[in-house]
Amino acid sequence: MTDDSLRRRIFMTLAAPVGAVLLSVVFSAIVLLIAGANPFAAYADMFEHAAKLETQVSMINRATPLYISGVAAAIGFRMNLFNIGVEGQYLLAAIFAAFVGGAVALPGVFHIGLILLVAMFVGGMWAGVAGLLYTQRGINEVISTIMLNGVALGLVAALVKEWQAKGDIAIVKVGTEPIADSGIIPNLTFIPELFGDIRNDLTGVLVIAIVVGISYHVLINRTVFGYDLRASGANPFAARAGGIPPKRMVMTAMLMSGAVGGLVGMAEIMDKGRYNPNFVGYLGFNGIAVTLLGRNHPAGIALGALLWAFLEASSNILQVTNTAPKEIADIMKGVILLSTVIGYEVVRRIRVREEAARTAARLAEVA
Amino acid sequence: MMQILKQLPSWLVWSIYGAGGVALLTTVQWIAPGDVGLLTDGGTTGATLRWAVPIMLAGLGGLFSERAGVVNIGLEGMLILGMWFGAWGTVNFGPWAGLMIGMVGGGLGALVHAIATVTFGVDHIISGVAILVAAPGVTRFLSSEIFTGYDGGSITQSPRLDGVGRFTMPFLAGGDLGGWTSPDGLGAVRDWEIRYISDLANSLRGLLFSLSLFTIVAFMLVPVISWVLWRTRFGLRVRICGEHPQAGESQGIDIYRYKFVAVLLSGALAGFGGAFIASPELNGIYLEGSTLNRGFIGLAALIIGNYRPAGIMAGSLLFAYPLALGKRDLDGAATHSLLLVMVIALALVALFASMRGRRVDAGLAATIAVLCLFWYLAADTVPAWWIDIQPFLIVLLVLFFFSQRLRMPAANGQPYRKGE
Repeated sequence: MTDDSLRRRIFMTLAAPVGAVLLSVVFSAIVLLIAGANPFAAYADMFEHAAKLETQVSMINRATPLYISGVAAAIGFRMNLFNIGVEGQYLLAAIFAAFVGGAVALPGVFHIGLILLVAMFVGGMWAGVAGLLYTQRGINEVISTIMLNGVALGLVAALVKEWQAKGDIAIVKVGTEPIADSGIIPNLTFIPELFGDIRNDLTGVLVIAIVVGISYHVLINRTVFGYDLRASGANPFAARAGGIPPKRMVMTAMLMSGAVGGLVGMAEIMDKGRYNPNFVGYLGFNGIAVTLLGRNHPAGIALGALLWAFLEASSNILQVTNTAPKEIADIMKGVILLSTVIGYEVVRRIRVREEAARTAARLAEVA
Repeated sequence: MMQILKQLPSWLVWSIYGAGGVALLTTVQWIAPGDVGLLTDGGTTGATLRWAVPIMLAGLGGLFSERAGVVNIGLEGMLILGMWFGAWGTVNFGPWAGLMIGMVGGGLGALVHAIATVTFGVDHIISGVAILVAAPGVTRFLSSEIFTGYDGGSITQSPRLDGVGRFTMPFLAGGDLGGWTSPDGLGAVRDWEIRYISDLANSLRGLLFSLSLFTIVAFMLVPVISWVLWRTRFGLRVRICGEHPQAGESQGIDIYRYKFVAVLLSGALAGFGGAFIASPELNGIYLEGSTLNRGFIGLAALIIGNYRPAGIMAGSLLFAYPLALGKRDLDGAATHSLLLVMVIALALVALFASMRGRRVDAGLAATIAVLCLFWYLAADTVPAWWIDIQPFLIVLLVLFFFSQRLRMPAANGQPYRKGE
């Protein structure tokens, strides 16, 4: 590949997301002007806030579960399997993990290991139901995972009540029994402290997110399974003809996606030490959003997650400084997401057209 | 038996199913211990209608879109938009204008979906997810800008909303006719207190008594949509987009245009559903998060309704019934007895499956039936979450047992590019 075409490829890859961010900045500015706020002051506040170490730490804390959720969705997306059910999988996995974690006391590594295993197991099993419905009855995974989300949300609401910690009435604690310290992943606050004093902690689940990201990269790009997965996504008929069992691929991808999805709630559990009733929601759908921004690429998903975390952190500061309504961050998310997916599709089509033109030119040369 | 049913006109078949359902409930009411008279109470059937409307409209919205080959999992988002715009319109211009504005609001969500999927060819699921993520943000922003400025409004809710007029059927349910109160025919039959007949009359009366005009309009849409999709040129063209767009293209049909319009209509219907949730028929207020996944339940109704308007209506009523009953049934006895209905239904599925020699299905259905029966016998009430997950469980069971009998449009969900 020549230097020129490489540069062009990078440009084409980045055109859509960068264009989308710019578009959302312009669009939000117009919305803010209509709403009577000063967009420049608002953007200045956002960046000033993001330059602070504490904000950066809280951004990473927010990005961590989003990233894991993004990877969970990406595993399915790589073979055109839409696991819309990460939402239900992570909530169900989180409450089971918190319950088991609160019920036992084991030495550190085993306690943490058990919690993670339970989360992955529950997440995987719940996604496995969709896998089973697909492979046994040919039921579309989008429909089944949507319905399983509904069931999971109901079950979680019931389990929160069922597993409510008994404990001392004087200190009314809401949520499952607290997890002993041995089960809590230690935080990484010492790292940002190298750069300055901070008041908030850096989540230790970041390590899990990094491990998940690296494993995903290795799995997709360096293993036979990853090759089969990509092949099934690129051309299911060719993959089948090439001896890749489609049903087993669907089942494995679903189980893996669900197992990773089960880890999404860990950051919150390790932070609070329990599953509390107002557990953070919508991480599943936002994880899908982040994956779409990052085009299923391990590093791309990370960038997407950080962008989302930045917008969420900005929304908090706007509430404090009151330069603009904080909900503008949600609008920006929506605009970025929609224009990015449209942008990717346009770029893809331009590429296909260019390639066709190149092939035609070559053929003309030969002839 | 099945042969005879097939020869009858469809409205009669549906009526027979309905009467059969009421008879089943009456039987349960008869054999179940405790006071479960709510099962066939007119109040319950009336509430069922109201609860069914948003689910049905979301389902009909999904029908339009998916008949044109565009999967629409963003219905929940369009419902949210419809709810906000409906509330805003009602506050400013009254309930009827509010309904229209709610439809426009849902249509705006659909416009985005149509541009993404039809114009740009983005994957339908991806665009749907984007709308699901974006819609709550948009309404939150709008509330913070507009509802906070209203008396009684806040960032999560609107002021209280006005409703529209009501209608009671004359003669059958004792409605007014030009200022004269007509006799209440079904009410009289109800008071005879003859098992089955009076119960049926009581249930029927609930469907005709003090209906909101919104509800009536919503249910009239079912035959209208049926007619549009299956009896007009427009409908035929919409359907060909979902079955075989290339064939339509070869006939000179502008597939993009029909897909686009169908998706817009889909959003408008969901917007109607959203506005209905905000209207006094259900909440009387815009409240953040109060769509309660009805968009997804609508999708479920679309599937078990086999992509047909009457089926969607039946599915919505089926899903709405336990929800409406649960709201009225404070001691939980009546909802508890629904478990028995489930047992009977699953036993029938098991019987049906074993007759066809499908052993796995029969065994599974029988197992679930036995479990439900044990649960029924062991407990006096069912928890609230059971009612909430019921629609989703039912659709999963239906998909599992009857997926071969369901048929979605052949080209549903496939991106279509002209000339490819």
